[in-house]
Amino acid sequence: MADAVTVRLTVNGVEREGRCEPRKLLVDFLREDLGLTGTHVGCEHGICGACTILIDGEAARSCIMLAVQADGAELLTIEGLMRDGKLHPLQEAFREHHGLQCGFCTPGMLMTALDLLRTNPSPTEAEIREGISAVLCRCTGYHGIVRAVEAAARKMR
Amino acid sequence: MPLIGAPVRRVEDARFLTGQGRYVADLTLPRMLHVAFLRSPHAHAGIVSIDAHPARELPGVLACITGDEIATQARPMRAESRMAGYHPTECPPLARGKVRFAGEAVAAVLAESRYTAEDALELVDVRYATLPVVGTPEAAMAGGAALVHEAAGSNVLLTRAFVQGDVDGAMRDAALVVGDRFRFHRHAGVTIENRACLADWNPGVGELTLWSSTQVPGLLREGLAALLDLPVHRLRVVAPDVGGGFGVKSALYPEEVAVCALARLTGRPVQWVADRREDLLTSTQAWDETIDAELAVNADGTIRGLRARVVADVGAYSIHPWTAAIEVVQVISFLPGPYRVEHYRGEAWGVATNKAPMGPYRGVGRPVSTFVTEALVDRAARRLGMDPVALRLRNLIRPDELPYRSPSGVVWDSGSFVESLERARDAAGYEHVRAEQERARRAGRYVGVGVACYVELTGVGSAIPASPGAAISTGTEGATVRVDPGGTVTASFGLACHGQGHETTLAQVVAEELGARLEDVRVVSGDTAAGPVGTGTYASRSAVIGGGAAILAARALREKALAIAAHLLEVSADDLTLGDGRATVRGTPHRGLTLREIAGAAYAGAKRLPKGMEPGLEATRFYDPYFGTASNATHIAVVEVDPETCAVIVRRFVVVEDCGRIINPLIVEGQAIGGVAQGVGAALLEEVVYADDGQLLTGSLMDYLVPTAAELPAVEVVHLEHPSPTTLGGFKGVGEGGTIGAPAAVANAIADALQPFGMELSELPATPDRLFRLLSRPRTTSSPETP
Repeated sequence: MADAVTVRLTVNGVEREGRCEPRKLLVDFLREDLGLTGTHVGCEHGICGACTILIDGEAARSCIMLAVQADGAELLTIEGLMRDGKLHPLQEAFREHHGLQCGFCTPGMLMTALDLLRTNPSPTEAEIREGISAVLCRCTGYHGIVRAVEAAARKMR
Repeated sequence: MPLIGAPVRRVEDARFLTGQGRYVADLTLPRMLHVAFLRSPHAHAGIVSIDAHPARELPGVLACITGDEIATQARPMRAESRMAGYHPTECPPLARGKVRFAGEAVAAVLAESRYTAEDALELVDVRYATLPVVGTPEAAMAGGAALVHEAAGSNVLLTRAFVQGDVDGAMRDAALVVGDRFRFHRHAGVTIENRACLADWNPGVGELTLWSSTQVPGLLREGLAALLDLPVHRLRVVAPDVGGGFGVKSALYPEEVAVCALARLTGRPVQWVADRREDLLTSTQAWDETIDAELAVNADGTIRGLRARVVADVGAYSIHPWTAAIEVVQVISFLPGPYRVEHYRGEAWGVATNKAPMGPYRGVGRPVSTFVTEALVDRAARRLGMDPVALRLRNLIRPDELPYRSPSGVVWDSGSFVESLERARDAAGYEHVRAEQERARRAGRYVGVGVACYVELTGVGSAIPASPGAAISTGTEGATVRVDPGGTVTASFGLACHGQGHETTLAQVVAEELGARLEDVRVVSGDTAAGPVGTGTYASRSAVIGGGAAILAARALREKALAIAAHLLEVSADDLTLGDGRATVRGTPHRGLTLREIAGAAYAGAKRLPKGMEPGLEATRFYDPYFGTASNATHIAVVEVDPETCAVIVRRFVVVEDCGRIINPLIVEGQAIGGVAQGVGAALLEEVVYADDGQLLTGSLMDYLVPTAAELPAVEVVHLEHPSPTTLGGFKGVGEGGTIGAPAAVANAIADALQPFGMELSELPATPDRLFRLLSRPRTTSSPETP
């Protein structure tokens, strides 16, 4: 076991600090050290995408990254998606279009969709399907999710 | 507007959308320990010795417990059955004496963190003496095969047969017999949340609480109480938010027994969260059957008879409480499908091997039976030169023949088999698709159309157990509906939700039946301490049985609330209506009482109540639909096969489903499409692969492929809504159906696309390599590889 190191980063606009072993995964640091359990662990090998967050504005998998690698970075997690107590248009659209069932992939799916619409504000259905293929959902068959992202894109333009 | 039938947006979404869901891995308790399981690297081996000493010495490690040590704390599971021809076997919480599949837990390390616990696993020294690996049912049934369970005396853990009429005579006399050996490979459920559990022992009151990512808290409580020697009321099982189930989380698992025993042993809370590798190694898997089946038809396409021999690889253990019979016996129960089959014989063998145990997975048996029967129906149509839709229409059970007793004894109470096929044909634009297929073929493109019809038994009551022969009761559920003094309503159930939206749909039922406002109804489930006795959510039962109990309890309360209001308003109860949270005098809308005012009187006692009325405003009712009710659907898939790459693209998918009276069309559509996605995955991508030595080769999501959004089409869903004549509320189950029809529809579409090559498809999943080998073969053979 190596000595603990200090990790300082900004999460959802708030400066946070914690001490952990250098080997600690970023997702475990978020969940265990910072108490942000909204980011989920589904595979720990970078496939299912449940742990997706935004790091310095870009979608990244927090399960295949160490906390120390995020030192100094700016993170956005699912807990920071609401603004001024109001749901983000993507969150609204997921509810409206039944884009979630068990909710476990939902945080990663929302953060991935956010990244998609940042880089492509007017995606076609095929582009949405390709874009969210970074996250596995086992419940919905993606139908409601695709409709939700289409609707949110229209609203956000 | 009535609430039942309305597309109400889900009330549970708010917490999931904001990261506020609470799954087992999100829970922590003071002084909590983390457990990591040491898992066998061998598929079949004797345990010679375990040296846990170095692991125990590692700082941060509290204990390292072996199978012999935990045996003093918990009995092995033993799934009993009423079925003759079934041999029960034992499954210990940690392996004792020998391991029976790669991944079976051998020891448990308890430590202050999961990281430390995993470090310590590397310090546990286990000496194994490898045994011959029983890799396939064929090998397992061969003379002199090693035994997975010596005590069973055989690797054949069960046999079962259903017989009606003279099927051999029907085969002899028929104008045409089509048959083949079919193979549906092993499948994994892959919930996105891996299994997880957390146990806490309270020595002061002698109570054990288990939080588990499970579908069946009630079944777990009963099972664990017996294994841990605790009275049932000293055990509480909670299923908090659960990240998908699909049947995989409906068995009692060794890890659940182990964390309970370890919490009691150490006096500290113990949490286990599976990683994906553990999930793929140890969660129950599905199907893995070889089916020799033949269909006899007359020259006009009328089905005469069906006979089948089904051999299932049930893996290393017979799971609790469903038993190893759950999958394979359902195959022979449902092979006749929605067709008139006069002569039938279905025989099943469940054979133990050194693989992860087989368990229930969405559809249970029927994805396999539907694949086989629908493939045979298509082949018969091709040989007779008939259109496959026409042949089905000739044989589907008609409304005037219902109720209909199937050759395996299942009673179809109702169904719209013909109508669903006709509607699906029309919705797909069948003639148009066929014309396009012709044009594509002339252009060198291989497009195929596949039809699949099915019927399933849902909301199974007490007439039969949800798993064939299982020695448990699964036919009832209860609902407790309580109006509190604030006028808000809590409806609690023994059910457990893992994505189905019960907090919305059951609230719709309660609100409408009681006359409350939807926003005032809160649904609580998944906690044995919070609701009436129940088992959980599986087998497409919750809307039917839980919904029925909700109706009964809400109606009882409504009657009482009206009686109280009538007394207080000094009118006849017949002159009152109750809706939107208020009892109102007919024709005098300003005269009335809110549910809050009525509840206030109810809890105030005799002073304000009609003479002799019991105080309080709460009712518990149980419901048993007895036989259960039939849901049915037709699926039509349009695929294109690229003969160069052997990739299959699903171009279109049409579902026409009938789940009776719909509570919430959004949820029904979500269930149907989600089920189709899993069925398409099963048809094209998903396969659990073991090497000959019993090593799992698909131990990550890079090897076990589940469909992403990019592999799935937009699914078109049409609802038929013929209320069940036999269940309260007219509801039928809809949770599994999508997965039942989709593999068959996709398989038939692929076979249809490959007709220019003269090929039939007998094996799923139809992966590119499998299709390549099929297309590379001489045209006369179509039997699949033997495993």
